Amino acid sequence: MDIFIQQVMSGLATGGIYASLALALVMIYQATDVVNFAQGEMAMFATYLAWSMMNAGLPYWGAFVATLAVAFVGGVVIQRVIIRPVENKPILTIVIVTLGLLVIFNSVAGWVWTYLQKPFPSPFPREPLRLGTVVFGAHDLGEIAVTLVMLVLLFLFFRFTPLGLAMRAAAQNPVSSRLAGIRVGWMLALGWGLAATFGAVAGLMVAPILTLDPNMMGGIQIYAFAAATLGGFTSPVGAVVGGFLVGIVENLVGTYVSFIGTELKLTVALAMIIVVLLVKPSGLFGRTHVRRV
Amino acid sequence: MTRRASVILAVVVIVMAYSLPAFMSGFRLFQFTQVCIYAIALMGLNLLTGYNGQFSLGHGAFYAIGAYISAIMMDQWAIPYGWTIPVAGILCLVVGFLFGRPALRLEGLYLALATFSLALAVPQILKYFEHWTGGSQGLVLSKPKAPFGLKLTEDQWLYLVTLTITVIMFVLAANLVRSRVGRALVAIRDNHIAAESMGVNSAMYKSLTFGVSAAYTGIAGALSAVAIAYVAPDSFNVFLSVTFLIGIVIGGLGSIWGNVLGAVFIQFVPNWAQDISKAAPWAIFGIFLIGFMYVMPYGIAGALKLLWIRAVRPRVTGQGGEAVSPQLPSPSR
Repeated sequence: MDIFIQQVMSGLATGGIYASLALALVMIYQATDVVNFAQGEMAMFATYLAWSMMNAGLPYWGAFVATLAVAFVGGVVIQRVIIRPVENKPILTIVIVTLGLLVIFNSVAGWVWTYLQKPFPSPFPREPLRLGTVVFGAHDLGEIAVTLVMLVLLFLFFRFTPLGLAMRAAAQNPVSSRLAGIRVGWMLALGWGLAATFGAVAGLMVAPILTLDPNMMGGIQIYAFAAATLGGFTSPVGAVVGGFLVGIVENLVGTYVSFIGTELKLTVALAMIIVVLLVKPSGLFGRTHVRRV
Repeated sequence: MTRRASVILAVVVIVMAYSLPAFMSGFRLFQFTQVCIYAIALMGLNLLTGYNGQFSLGHGAFYAIGAYISAIMMDQWAIPYGWTIPVAGILCLVVGFLFGRPALRLEGLYLALATFSLALAVPQILKYFEHWTGGSQGLVLSKPKAPFGLKLTEDQWLYLVTLTITVIMFVLAANLVRSRVGRALVAIRDNHIAAESMGVNSAMYKSLTFGVSAAYTGIAGALSAVAIAYVAPDSFNVFLSVTFLIGIVIGGLGSIWGNVLGAVFIQFVPNWAQDISKAAPWAIFGIFLIGFMYVMPYGIAGALKLLWIRAVRPRVTGQGGEAVSPQLPSPSR
């Protein structure tokens, strides 16, 4: 039973990372119907920036805040400069542009910081916490806390600020929003900025576990896809719940189903995506689209 | 382009392609063998995505299946390579059809994700069945020699075989998309409800297209196993599938020639990128990709078509004939 609880906890911890990245994917998908394949690489790049800042002598939380700010500005700039020119082009054109971004970020990171793995510090204490016979990693608990804090902030922003309302309006009905005086183009750019910030949090939280290297986010992004699919690509809440569920399932299956182990871990994500798509394509919390013909 | 012009163009290109071994040999020629193989794979993906409107980010999986069927047949049972290629095609047709059935429920992004995860899982699955696939070591095969005592090097023979198969596959595909079936595929892409109300069996056509598309890609995979004489799980990673998608979008969706142009692009542009910058070749490739999408959002074939239409338009309208509108394939959003 102890093992079970521990696995669930570490599942929740990795789930928090998937949830952050899935949330980033969902935010962009909701606003523009595009899946940003470069989301994970953008997060990886932001994490490298944080690493450089810390190497230059900045304290952890200083670098943390600065990285999130840079990621936000970077996300806005990418949307305005790179995505906007192809906004109204066929969807595959936009997909190719995000794939182009993916290889650029990956390659530039490898060029600037080399492909060697770099240790990345965790802001949380090293000693694990003990509750009876169950041991919790402090980094795991910290990760879950950070994810939850980010979520609450995001919820408050979208629910209670005029800007959040304007962004929701722009995502739901661009034409009417424009008539109501909302600058839809800028709202989309802000959405990209927020998504990039969330991705950066995911990167900063996962780097101490996986150690930093340019291909760090590849596997994470697949699980984020699985999380977003499970929760529903149209629901931010779903993305978060999906992230935690995927994290738990991944850990439990890896522990208890012996023939899967670590070798077929990605296949588990595949199986999850396909089962969800076949049973309930809109995901647990997603809306089903009803179209008039 | 008129029917006659395109036939003449095709003949010219085919003659030029067949005379290539007279001018180059060795590695250069091998690169063109690769172009032919990619062209077949892209043709398969384009049938699915460009003509039928179903996205796939997982065609690397069918390429891998084709390659492994061919490799295992040659390695385990010593079957001549010529027989393994059609078998790979038929088996991939079946696998693709079976995958296409459940995929019917999925559209657009969701289908892209399902196929994407398929592509991701394939290297792991291949490693798992170590007994057949040789695990991560892969299988080493031997290159075919020219038969009947022909005075051709291995590379030349391989090129000619691949080119011949490519020409056959392209003629078949060109006829397919011009036929009643091809019109049905395009009708499903543009408006599947309207197509169904006209009596097109959308479900059947969609899963069959998936099968045929997988068969094309599987044949390309089998050819690559023969040409490279080596298969290993990690060469069929997700980037292969992404490369195929890049190929058809850059080349041109819903265009036969687009596949050839796309194949040339994915074979040679990464090399040029490497020449430009040793440090970050993929960054250069990424910039190429984004730049291409800005300048020609409908791919090279789409851009050429627009140019062609602009060039002939005055003549056409002057005769009072049918209006030529720059209609380009664009899968529904």
